[in-house]
Amino acid sequence: MMASLEPLFENFARLPVLAFDYLVLSLLSVGGAASVLPEMHRNLVENYGWMSSEQFGQLYALAQAAPGPNVLVVSLLGWQSAGVAGALVTTLAMIGPSCALTYWVDRAWRSGTAGTWAAWRSAVDDGLAPLTVGLLAAAGTLLAQAAARSVAQATPQEALQATSWAVDLNVFAVVLTVAAMLISWRTRFHPLWMIAAGAAAGVAGLV
Amino acid sequence: VSTETNAAPLNTPRSSTELFLVFTRLALQGFGGVLPVARHTLVERQRWMSIEEFTDVLSRCQALPGPNIINMSVCIGARHFGLRGSIAAVGGLLAAPLAIVLLLGVLYANFAQVPAVAAALRGTAAVAAGLIIGTALRMSDSRRVRNWRALFGVAAFLAVFWLRLPLAPVLLVLAPLAILAARYGQGTAQGTAT
Repeated sequence: MMASLEPLFENFARLPVLAFDYLVLSLLSVGGAASVLPEMHRNLVENYGWMSSEQFGQLYALAQAAPGPNVLVVSLLGWQSAGVAGALVTTLAMIGPSCALTYWVDRAWRSGTAGTWAAWRSAVDDGLAPLTVGLLAAAGTLLAQAAARSVAQATPQEALQATSWAVDLNVFAVVLTVAAMLISWRTRFHPLWMIAAGAAAGVAGLV
Repeated sequence: VSTETNAAPLNTPRSSTELFLVFTRLALQGFGGVLPVARHTLVERQRWMSIEEFTDVLSRCQALPGPNIINMSVCIGARHFGLRGSIAAVGGLLAAPLAIVLLLGVLYANFAQVPAVAAALRGTAAVAAGLIIGTALRMSDSRRVRNWRALFGVAAFLAVFWLRLPLAPVLLVLAPLAILAARYGQGTAQGTAT
């Protein structure tokens, strides 16, 4: 039990870095938290080396399997980086600025002053939609890459060095990714069933 | 655009505590997306708002940064109890799921090295990646991402995934261009949208 409590309070020096990154990401998260996943990956995996790409992908999958808003993936990333304090910092930093902005805009809207901006609001909506799609596609491709290269128990350093697609390409992981992609695009299956199927395929020794 | 066509009048939450509890409840029911549960709970079950109001708040929140469901909680909470209501709604939405996700994190740290667990996680992660790409594809079917507009999406993808550029400058360049293009598009299309 002590072993499980130890990581809860380590890496305090990382907290200000996390706070700054996620305060900025909060205001950049057009279309939700998933569109800033590539930037989180860029920082946590590629720039700081605080976790491997594979760990990043697994933490994202874990957050998907849990109930509640999907933004809670940032709590897990903060937790992996700097323990419970890290989780609280990333969560509060990620929602603080966007909530404050929303509160302020909502008030302006209800007081009637924002009514004249309706055309601009729908322009913002329409304009940002393709950007969200592009960022989601980038996030998904990054995670697919991480899963396809998944080398069990690789350290972050080892994983960072594995830059070639040819190294340890996990063919079944690619098949799972493509299947999940097609099913979620073309059908209305609940995502949780697909996540469970992926876990089962893994336990069955296929991945 | 208010419609009072429904026979039964709407309810209001009695206190910010009730707000907190209702949002906790709906958050815990939301696997893989809270929005559909929120609609069911707030519109049909609690009857705190009409479906028109719900859609109106959603479309307003979509134009702002941050997760839609959290932005909506801010707006709905504020509508009933001001700042206190916003905090209660967002707090309810996040507190219990945060505790659960951290518990999962502790389990992950302790059991991720167990071969069967590691294998399950690898399968799960591969599926989760596919789910995001599927979502992007589904969204790309929308009229908002048709024709020349798709170019902005392609540019964002290439800048972030291929060139590995930091997100802030990418968005500071692409977002204003995309918004201005959409605004200009409104003017040239027939003026029925507004």
